Amino acid sequence: MGMSKETELELGLGLSLGNSGGGGGVGVVGKGKGSAWGEYGRILTAKDFPNGFSSGRSGNGGGTKRERAAAAADCVDEGSASAAVSQVVGWPPIRAYRMNTLFNQSKTTSNADQQDKGVGGDENNENSKKKINHGNDERGHLGFVKVNMDGLPIGRKVDLNAHKSYETLAKTLEEMFFKPSLTTRGGKEQPIQPPKLLDGSSEFVLTYEDKEGDWMLVGDVPWGMFLNTVKRLRIMRTSEANGLAPKFQEKSEKQKGKPI
Amino acid sequence: MDPDPKKSKFLPSNLLNSNGSSHPQSLFPDEVLEKVLSLIDSHKDRNSVSLVCKDWYNAERWTRSNLFIGNCYSVSPEIVARRFPKIKSVRLKGKPRFSDFDMLPRDWGANVHSWLVMFAKAYPFLEELRLKRMTVSDQSMELLAKSFPHFRALSLSSCDGFTDDGLKAITTHCGNLTELDIRDSVTVDVGGGWLSCFPEDFSSLEILNFSSLNSEVSFEALEKLVSRCRSLRVLKVNESITLDQLQRLLVHAPLLTELGTGSFLQELTPRQYEDIESAFGNSKNLQVLSGLWDATSFYLPVLYGACSGLTFLNLSDAVLQSGELAKLLAHCPNLRRLWVIDTVEDKGLEAVGSSCPLLEELRVFPVDPYDLDHRHGVSEMGFLAVSRGCRKLRYVLYFCRRMTNAAVVTIVQNCPDFTHFRLCIMNPRQPDYLTNETMDEAFGAVAKTCTKLRRLSVSGLLTDTTFEYIGKYAKNLETLSVAFAGSSDRGMQCVLEGCPKLRKLEIRDCPFGNAALLSGLKKYEMMRSLWMSSCNLTMKGCRLLAREMPRLNVEVIKDKGSDEIQADKVYVYRSVAGPRQDAPPVVLTL
Repeated sequence: MGMSKETELELGLGLSLGNSGGGGGVGVVGKGKGSAWGEYGRILTAKDFPNGFSSGRSGNGGGTKRERAAAAADCVDEGSASAAVSQVVGWPPIRAYRMNTLFNQSKTTSNADQQDKGVGGDENNENSKKKINHGNDERGHLGFVKVNMDGLPIGRKVDLNAHKSYETLAKTLEEMFFKPSLTTRGGKEQPIQPPKLLDGSSEFVLTYEDKEGDWMLVGDVPWGMFLNTVKRLRIMRTSEANGLAPKFQEKSEKQKGKPI
Repeated sequence: MDPDPKKSKFLPSNLLNSNGSSHPQSLFPDEVLEKVLSLIDSHKDRNSVSLVCKDWYNAERWTRSNLFIGNCYSVSPEIVARRFPKIKSVRLKGKPRFSDFDMLPRDWGANVHSWLVMFAKAYPFLEELRLKRMTVSDQSMELLAKSFPHFRALSLSSCDGFTDDGLKAITTHCGNLTELDIRDSVTVDVGGGWLSCFPEDFSSLEILNFSSLNSEVSFEALEKLVSRCRSLRVLKVNESITLDQLQRLLVHAPLLTELGTGSFLQELTPRQYEDIESAFGNSKNLQVLSGLWDATSFYLPVLYGACSGLTFLNLSDAVLQSGELAKLLAHCPNLRRLWVIDTVEDKGLEAVGSSCPLLEELRVFPVDPYDLDHRHGVSEMGFLAVSRGCRKLRYVLYFCRRMTNAAVVTIVQNCPDFTHFRLCIMNPRQPDYLTNETMDEAFGAVAKTCTKLRRLSVSGLLTDTTFEYIGKYAKNLETLSVAFAGSSDRGMQCVLEGCPKLRKLEIRDCPFGNAALLSGLKKYEMMRSLWMSSCNLTMKGCRLLAREMPRLNVEVIKDKGSDEIQADKVYVYRSVAGPRQDAPPVVLTL
């Protein structure tokens, strides 16, 4: 399912990622599609992704979504178990917009904990295809989560389903909050080069609140586990991330030790 | 037809019109004819009027101020501008409906820009623009914002392509804006800064709907806006607005007739609870209520005071259980339209049947379309219960996992006035769960009994028999949606031969092939469009159709990995504009 491309990815990351589908989101898994996975489980910095990704439920029709769906269908045919209904693109005929909201809500308001399902299906037609693509099938917290940044009164939302890895998420957030063209947001002067949220080299770090209400540094746990537990995100000033610092330092040490 | 110069005919001596034949109508001076015709609003009537004779055609074109184009590719901006000189309000629809379900490629088309460029030249007095399923870029929005000094109303339904920047242009420059209505918009996360760009003295807004945009807006800016706009009657906020913020908005706008709340889940102090309760109690004019994200039994009661006048309750964003719904409906005796999520289950629908005798429309959406939690949602029992209590039902959209022929037969006997019957049994090709038979008899009953039926969506296990029934009985049918149904070409043929008023036919995953496609040769010119995907069509069949019918556009989209022969997705529509020039490479025009 594309995992075999990992070693190639580690070298050619900056080149192959980001341009597939021209902003249609994360690249497609699958048979010879030519696009690449994000690094699975390894955190990268923003400079590895010169061209960035777009986020959200890019619903601009979706050549890339269709490609993903087609890829998903292929993958499904290859034997992943899934309910008959979730294999079919555009069925049941429910608007993507509505499906996101409904399913997300039922997860937040129902008492039942999020369940892991073999199918890993999703509220969104196109996203269901991406879920089926996942090697692990943790469903995680679905749909949009709020993202607030210290110093900005207005938060945004990001669709976690549009991402398969921390890098793409970080990149999306960097673009969302640090885009050079946005000068009016909170009146901040934005740096030309988006800072890197994940490697500790910038003024800000990316943190999240988990199910238990604790604030954690993003990137500590495997992506799937993160999805399962994240409630919301916060781009925190590094100076304020004191309580998280020990983990943070450990992590950057760990990172240095990881083979590249 | 070339436009005639406008002539003034006062003297009845001019008995002959330009055709050279004597016609009593030409006794009317143009002014009188135009005065009379300007009172006609319906575009269907106007189209008929324009066919009477040349004088009437001309009088009609000079007096038409509302333009409705159901398929933006059926005609070109230039043709429109030549024919209608005085348009003030435009309604345009773009992509085929299946684009809602991600079945079209990105950049398929339906970009409004070329229309706006023409409008800017030809209709500088344009006041209203209503778009459905079109792509609207920021550049287009800027053009819109700067080209029409009298612009008042913008409505975007299921549109995409714009960001915060485009909306900012609208809110900054359209000083006379009375309506900004964005619904079901399919777009990347659009930021919320646009709301803060209304000028300080701007106060003309009457309708504001941003419920489908999912970014936070500045509540301060919103509150100021609402308190300035004394004529505000429709306000639909998005989920980022909290209950206590809503309360403050309601205090500023007691005259609202339509309200879409934000998130309905918040820890309120007893004082805050009272405040919001009394704010709703004071909203005596409310007829339409929606939003209600995360509403629970604890907070729903704050609504009760506002429910007596409600005619439309949209709970499609509120995950409710049957008890909560029942309690709420007890306060809503005047409901005509109700949208709910299937978590209310059959029991909740029983409450609908008993509490809402005036109900005309019911839509039940599935919370979990893929049934991954194995919830059961609603079944034939719920639908039956509603039909027993709500005899005036005429519009239903019902997603369920099981249905029986017997139930549907009874339902349409209870409610024979259905105009729109959209039943979606979510598992494809599912038979009657009690008898294991096909669902042919169910839809046969619908076609036979509901003589006013205009729109039908079928599902479940269906053979050609269903389509025989439809062709034979559904004489008023205009829109038909078919999926995973039929046994042979004959099915589609029955419909094409039998339904005289058919305008839109959308088919997916059915065993209909070229013979079926070609049997409708003559028919398609009288229809707006035909969509067929994942059927048995080949490129050859499509090319034949295109060759035989030059006034139809036949567009084929091939799926990745499909062979040379298959025509995976086919879209056929009539057009006086010829093949379109903006199709992306993946769309082949034959």
